[in-house]
Amino acid sequence: MKTDYTRPLDLKHGHIDMNHGGGGRAMQQLIRELFAKHLGNDLLAQGNDGTVLPAQPGRLVMSTDSHVITPLFFPGGNIGALAVHGTVNDVAVMGATPLWLSAGFILEEGFPLADLERIVQSMAAAAHDAGVQIVTGDTKVVERGKADGVFITTTGVGVLLDGVNLSGAHARPGDAVLISGTIGDHGMAIMSQRENLQFAAPFVSDSAALNGLTAALIASGAELRLMRDPTRGGLAATLNEIAQQSRCGITLMEAAIPIQPAVEGACELLGLDPLNIANEGKLIVVCAAVSAEQTLQTLRAHPLGRNAAHIGSVTDDPHHFVQLQTRFGGRRMVDWLSGEPLPRIC
Amino acid sequence: MCLAIPTRVIEVHNEFEAIVELAGVRKLVSIALVENVQVGDFVILHVGHALTKLDPDEARKTLELMAEAGLAVDPATA
Amino acid sequence: MKFVDEFRDGALAQGIARAIHAEAKPHRRYAFMEFCGGHTHAIARYGIPDLLPTNVRMIHGPGCPVCVLPIGRIDLAIHLAIKRGVILCTYGDTLRVPASDGLSLLRAKARGGDIRMIYSPEDALRIARDNPGREVVLFAIGFETTTPPTAVALMNAEREDLGNFSVLCCHVLTPAAIAHILDSPEVRNLGLVALDGFIGPAHVSTIIGSQPYEFFAEEYRKPVVIAGFEPLDVMQAILMLVRQVNACRFSVENEFTRAVTREGNRRAQALVVECFELRKHFEWRGLGEVSYSALKIRERFARFDAEARFDLAYQPAPDHKACACGAILRGVKQPIDCTLFGTVCTPDTPMGSCMVSSEGACAAHYTYGRHRSTA
Repeated sequence: MKTDYTRPLDLKHGHIDMNHGGGGRAMQQLIRELFAKHLGNDLLAQGNDGTVLPAQPGRLVMSTDSHVITPLFFPGGNIGALAVHGTVNDVAVMGATPLWLSAGFILEEGFPLADLERIVQSMAAAAHDAGVQIVTGDTKVVERGKADGVFITTTGVGVLLDGVNLSGAHARPGDAVLISGTIGDHGMAIMSQRENLQFAAPFVSDSAALNGLTAALIASGAELRLMRDPTRGGLAATLNEIAQQSRCGITLMEAAIPIQPAVEGACELLGLDPLNIANEGKLIVVCAAVSAEQTLQTLRAHPLGRNAAHIGSVTDDPHHFVQLQTRFGGRRMVDWLSGEPLPRIC
Repeated sequence: MCLAIPTRVIEVHNEFEAIVELAGVRKLVSIALVENVQVGDFVILHVGHALTKLDPDEARKTLELMAEAGLAVDPATA
Repeated sequence: MKFVDEFRDGALAQGIARAIHAEAKPHRRYAFMEFCGGHTHAIARYGIPDLLPTNVRMIHGPGCPVCVLPIGRIDLAIHLAIKRGVILCTYGDTLRVPASDGLSLLRAKARGGDIRMIYSPEDALRIARDNPGREVVLFAIGFETTTPPTAVALMNAEREDLGNFSVLCCHVLTPAAIAHILDSPEVRNLGLVALDGFIGPAHVSTIIGSQPYEFFAEEYRKPVVIAGFEPLDVMQAILMLVRQVNACRFSVENEFTRAVTREGNRRAQALVVECFELRKHFEWRGLGEVSYSALKIRERFARFDAEARFDLAYQPAPDHKACACGAILRGVKQPIDCTLFGTVCTPDTPMGSCMVSSEGACAAHYTYGRHRSTA
């Protein structure tokens, strides 16, 4: 009789049950046969309550993000890759090199193991491509109905590059505002999957890790003030945050903002403003006007910045408004939304 | 009132249903309110229904009128 | 995008703007009311006021069906969701409108009401077919543009003998509202609101045609120009109105000839007549009771009429005392005249529906135009 035989997890047809979060053998098996199998690295393999990290020269940057997206799988990605990209980006835009991530999972009872494996595999691939390691994690299971399949929280730690001092408060009147590519791709990819919308449209999320792009920008020596990745709330939210923090105004040129025709068309159909729609793989850069051209070229030279554009400038405005010079010739405010963008009939 | 957008008919299923397209986005809509819809027609879409066809000749005439309005004024004196 | 981009062309806009500047007489003031919420939105979104001379002013009229929906109607919808357990299907615009007891449809959803956002009446029918054990109610708001789609839904429900579907009908009529404004003391007698003409609604007119406005032009001696939805259409319509005023003419002109004819969409009109009849009275937010201004479902479709099916009793509910939505909807006040505007009342915390709907004068001004009033 084999004494150390455990029947392997049925990753094809099995489901999460309450035992998997119980802290006992079932949970250990889940960690071993699913999480560690795909995410495995030396640090994770330490196998202790906390992971000891190698010392780093320089200051540390830390960021955290929770992901509760529905649907879990969408064109261009899934919640796993998103969870990695989102936190890598939050660390990277500070001018830091992201190194390590933690990953906490809240799983719903009944969640298919096959789906979980797909998600974890995506996370492993995303981490590998971004050059980061997932070094510690946690798993909990809640009763059926208490979570949308899975919620994931990732925390990231990175090291600030030498001489970097970026902040949302550093924008000054006269500075240039640039974006790395087309807006609204992620939000539209999600909306097109949701129940009430029946589009047969080719929307793909732009979910991506931006640390290669941010490193290139810093290495270019351009006079950067700040970098931000606009996510929920779209360009409008992020630019308003910057305007508030820097106590300036911002003026955008509508004609310069890159957007895919299909995204623009879908927004028209729904009565939504693309400036309010989520992104997951785009960068806003504010830099000194003299650095604008160089920064634009650096962005465009990178695969994730091919459609980069100079979209506006920072202004001296005591009200800290973000305004748009419309294609039409007039001017209007770009406000942040009070909540979810709701499609209109009128 | 009303958010309504011009879209192009690319498939007609029957007198009640058609598929329209806008900038590559396709949608199944009702054409119950419009008579004699053909592929290639442009219709105004509102809450999932085509309301009426758009007349390309009239559209062109309107644009010409708009252009004339601008030309009639000498920019130097405006 | 065809039929869209061409009508947003900046160069053509500059041309029309020059013409308006040249033809508007310098010592005369022109005040035009755009009736349609979609026009209010377009004017704000494209920054059209920047292109007009200072003596040409746009007044925002009550053309936003969300803005004129009285609190009592939303209360009925909330009641159906929370107390009667129906699946309440609503368009996105109505979700945030504040109703009684600090509730809105969105808040009622948070309290457990099964409230679902739809894009089309067909979505509500589908939900009814998919949930045979539940009652499904379509919260049908809108002017004459949205009414024919509701009529199609009623016909489909009848044909399929859908036993769990009904409509809470809050459809209202454009000409009645225009008449009400023109008849109001402020406009007719007191001359408090100088109104030189109307920009007629775009898509309502595709259904009803240009003919219904001829009465107004004659009776009240005000020009009406029906304008398309795009910013160039609005600019062109303003130019046409200026020309009529200058020539002391008051007729109905159609700028939106690519979609509007004199008779309108006969098929849609016939369907509406088959399904609906006029209500004697209907309360409009801000305008009070207006006669023959709204529709109710005909006897033939009574089983699909939520008011009959659920034996609903309408209770009027007053607006916030300091809310100036009423005056703003009638064009008597501007958003900045309201004491609540921008402080207590913002898009985040709307007190009245002018702030909730993105086409309401207050929301449009707050979201797109408040840089002007602070300049």
